[in-house]
Amino acid sequence: MPERPDGFKGIPWYADDPLPHPDALRIKDGMDRVVSELTCCRGEAIVLEGVSFALRGGRALVLRGPNGAGKTTLLRTLAGLTPPVSGAMPDPEGAAYAGHADGLKAQLTVAENLAFWAAIFGTGPAEVEGAIRGFDLAPLRERRAAELSAGQKRRAGLARLLVTGRDLWLLDEPTVSLDRTAVNRFACVMRGHLDAGGAAILATHIDLGIEADELDVAAFAAKREATLRDPFAEAVE
Amino acid sequence: MSALLLRDLRLAVRAGGGFGLGLVFFLILATLVPLAVGPRPDLLAPVAPGILWLGALLACLLSLDRIFALDAEDGSLDLLATAPLPLAGVATTKALAHWVTTGLPLALAAGPLSLLLFLPPGALPWLLLALLLGTPALSWLGTFGAALTVGLRRGSLLLSLLVLPLYIPTLVFGAEVVRRGAAGLPVATPLALLAAITLGCVALLPFATAAALRVNLR
Repeated sequence: MPERPDGFKGIPWYADDPLPHPDALRIKDGMDRVVSELTCCRGEAIVLEGVSFALRGGRALVLRGPNGAGKTTLLRTLAGLTPPVSGAMPDPEGAAYAGHADGLKAQLTVAENLAFWAAIFGTGPAEVEGAIRGFDLAPLRERRAAELSAGQKRRAGLARLLVTGRDLWLLDEPTVSLDRTAVNRFACVMRGHLDAGGAAILATHIDLGIEADELDVAAFAAKREATLRDPFAEAVE
Repeated sequence: MSALLLRDLRLAVRAGGGFGLGLVFFLILATLVPLAVGPRPDLLAPVAPGILWLGALLACLLSLDRIFALDAEDGSLDLLATAPLPLAGVATTKALAHWVTTGLPLALAAGPLSLLLFLPPGALPWLLLALLLGTPALSWLGTFGAALTVGLRRGSLLLSLLVLPLYIPTLVFGAEVVRRGAAGLPVATPLALLAAITLGCVALLPFATAAALRVNLR
């Protein structure tokens, strides 16, 4: 087992996979991230108000709340896809977002898809290989994404997180359509990521067996029906 | 950016990529016109520049809605927006990929097809030059239109309505270059205007495209 630079030993990993995942060896920024008084909107409607929390490096935050509470909206805002109305949040440049869609091109193979995202995020073949090993995609690497099952697609989509080389993962229902083995596998990758100092915010309803903080998004629901006025968006619609 | 360009080109030539769709449409149009009008050089030759340009323009329009719609469907567009690549760079690359798979083949195919329409041989180099200079404007304008309509269902119809009026200057000056070339007149003025439109589109529209994408990603 390669020695980690900081002498960290306790890398949790599969018994049948003696090597720790390369991403688990990469030292993350370990930064604390603070979100304060964040107001998020979806379309022109304000959904969340005054969202405040601190996320320590190496910790995961699980977003709770009923459907429609604004979990996805919060994640998309933190990813930089929707500009926040007000408030402070960490720079989206450090975040990797995985939403409901996997971002795979049906005509490309799994390896080609991952290599493309590696090129876009400025990482290399080492990350692609790591991602393929991390999510046990080796038997599927030359398979076109169109021929994958829903769960396999999901695994390839999650493997992209490792390829981005970013330290904050924003995950929206990451375990949808994964079987039990794949969920365990994902939990292992996640634990490696957190142990190396990375951070994650995820909206999920199942227990991954990871020690995580919880945030009830429903507590920040916007009190009144408020909408933004955006003449450009109105013109487009 | 080269990775995105290569991926788009690879997607275009693989199964279901739609490469050649515009080209085949162009071919059919140029074949149908002599069949409809009658194979008479005195009738076809004067309208050949206009028909060839119109064909190129409509063929270009066919593939516009694919530029962003497919990426929006599978979530790639969200991920591209969070990538370190600036969104204007994404827009430029997308437009370039569209031009390489549509505008460039159209320009190259126009020469042989012009024989069907009895275009005077002297106008051939001008036809090629005008299409090479003018079709990038069609791709860049089309990319902007595609960004505006990316979130809409059945946006392709609206896309055509938005984009076609913007194509008018390119069509006017492009056809004018070929018409003057065929008549042996000087072509410098329409050619310069055509190039100016293209350069203006290439320089400015990626920023407008990026802004439109940001609005639609919300």
